[in-house]
Amino acid sequence: MSVLILGATSPIAHAVAARYAGEGKSVAIAARSLEEAERIASDLAVRYQVETRALAFDALDFDGHGAFVESVEAELGAIEVALLAFGDMGHDPQHQEGFGEAHRVIDVNYTGAVSVAERLAGAMAAHGRGCIIGIASVAGDRGRASNYIYGSAKGAFALYLQGLRNRLFADGVHVMTVKLGFVDTRMTWGMKTKIPVASPDAVAGAIVGAARHKLNTFYYPPFWAGIMGVIKAIPEEVFKRLSL
Amino acid sequence: MWARQPMSGWGRYPVVESLCTRPERRGEAIAALKDRDGEPVLGYGLGRSYGDAALVTGGRLVLTTRLDCMLDFDPVTGWLRCEAGVSVEEIINTFLPRGFFPPVVPGTQFVTVGGALASDIHGKNHHVDGAWSDHVRNVELLLGTGEIVVCDAEQNAELFWATAGGQGLTGLILAMDLRLVPVLSPNIEMESIRVNNLDEFFAVSADSADFSHTVSWLDTTRRGDAMGRGIFMRGRHAGQGSEAGANPLGALADLLEPVADIGFLDSDLLLNRVTMGLFNEAFFRKTPAGVSKATVGYKPFFFPLDVARNWNYVYGPRGFLQYQFVVPKDRDHHAVRAILDLFVSRGFVSFLSVIKEFAERQHPWLSFPRPGVTVAMDIPFGGQALLDTMDEADAIVAEVGGRIYLGKDARLSRAMFRRMYPDWEAWKAVRDAADPEGVFQSDLGRRLGLCGG
Repeated sequence: MSVLILGATSPIAHAVAARYAGEGKSVAIAARSLEEAERIASDLAVRYQVETRALAFDALDFDGHGAFVESVEAELGAIEVALLAFGDMGHDPQHQEGFGEAHRVIDVNYTGAVSVAERLAGAMAAHGRGCIIGIASVAGDRGRASNYIYGSAKGAFALYLQGLRNRLFADGVHVMTVKLGFVDTRMTWGMKTKIPVASPDAVAGAIVGAARHKLNTFYYPPFWAGIMGVIKAIPEEVFKRLSL
Repeated sequence: MWARQPMSGWGRYPVVESLCTRPERRGEAIAALKDRDGEPVLGYGLGRSYGDAALVTGGRLVLTTRLDCMLDFDPVTGWLRCEAGVSVEEIINTFLPRGFFPPVVPGTQFVTVGGALASDIHGKNHHVDGAWSDHVRNVELLLGTGEIVVCDAEQNAELFWATAGGQGLTGLILAMDLRLVPVLSPNIEMESIRVNNLDEFFAVSADSADFSHTVSWLDTTRRGDAMGRGIFMRGRHAGQGSEAGANPLGALADLLEPVADIGFLDSDLLLNRVTMGLFNEAFFRKTPAGVSKATVGYKPFFFPLDVARNWNYVYGPRGFLQYQFVVPKDRDHHAVRAILDLFVSRGFVSFLSVIKEFAERQHPWLSFPRPGVTVAMDIPFGGQALLDTMDEADAIVAEVGGRIYLGKDARLSRAMFRRMYPDWEAWKAVRDAADPEGVFQSDLGRRLGLCGG
């Protein structure tokens, strides 16, 4: 039995991997850069004395995702938990000339995530157990002028996870959607806000706990469920006049 | 990703606003050096150097706390390979359950290994085990040119010794091999001995060769016959199966640890001559005369102040200066007496001071420890009068061939520095060769003529 972390170089994913390694589980650490994945894998092996693998993972290599999942299972055993933590906000895809950057943002955050999640779903359904954790975003809860390309891809991913959850329920496989507010990572670095910013370690603890309790959709910090409830409730006629 | 933030050392004096970045990937650290708009940069760890060693006005700081991967560990030899942002706390939490401990620890566990090497820190075991760099066999350094080099005894040996104690001015420390030491217990067998004056301190110190760790708290409010009174603490790692007995220091630490946050006390009024005098008196009286023995946990022994995460806030927004010097031993401890007398006569007393003898041991160029006796005093910032008093103390230190600790410094003059660190030119030649463009700079380095104009 193993845990697969996709997009492991984010501090949140690293902290989730550390939680599972702390339970003694074998962990496969996958990231776009093999060198960075190796750092994280070594760290977990040294700190928790568990078996780890570092793997290069390209969200855009759709055709390779099947073989990728098979190789993880061949080396470390059936995947018990898979965390999909990769993502890319891109370089302001709303204002680039041409469709290239927007296309890439959609493909990394949505198409690539769906592609690998489908392979994981197949493997886990065959085992009759498992848990897929997808990191969506509060940006996917309502389209906003400043980041609607990224937001729409994440929103679509959340909708996909919802469907997958319903499909896999009968197979004994759980799917959890995580929507994170402000976390102390490079995404929020230097941001001036009165809203409390969560530490990656606190987020990781909450994610692992929520997965154990088989929550379906899960906001962290929890008050973000309330914030997004209010934001979603604002009538569009009003919302489009606010520059949020 | 650069963001402007007010930054300071542990003394909260001075405060400098800088563009800061905090790489989460190794590649981001390398990228940060290219994306700096021609401005100088410097690494910044957990901010435990006291003054301006980790500050750079008009420059940029690369925070290393997220470059904290442990890369390899050999349980046979104790060699740990880790990135610069790994803290002493994390090393202890990871390896003490496996019977290993850092070879040298400072008075706080909240320091990074990168900072530990850059300041070449020492601990209570210096007289036996030397400084941090004595337990490091190589360092991986990101140079100002963008090149990554490995420095050890064979390759780039001079750069290795220039980096140990080099205050981050040779490059950004990325990783190092550090040798952990085996221990049988998380506890320390310690003895506390009340000493009534300086002569008693030196007598007990001479009589403590059997102890791997020694330090003495020093009451700097006293003059005359009671000058140098304090509590001498000596200890060693306990044997297998030892139990930490109930002791007030440990019990207090356990109680305070989860809740202590002194940040809310942030006031200049809390510490003054009266309260500091009372504290010193109470601390002295708390320990009975003679020798008391106890087995204590490693935290109250090594890191008594860590229970209060922000104890530096106790000094208020004015901040504080730590004055730490080492002077060679002489028969009547003239220099130590003269300096203690100077501060107390000017009305500057220290809340907490310690005194310790260093080993007869050589360290690289800018590394602080030298054979002799070292004293560290924390003094609330007292404006120009305090700075002038420290200048006077510098003259006494330099006169006898002593020096002050750059990792604690915020105000030493260039002329004094050159008297205290006569090898500075040899160090600078190595640094300039490694960083010809002067990419790495700090306010301390500029003041002392180590970098920049």
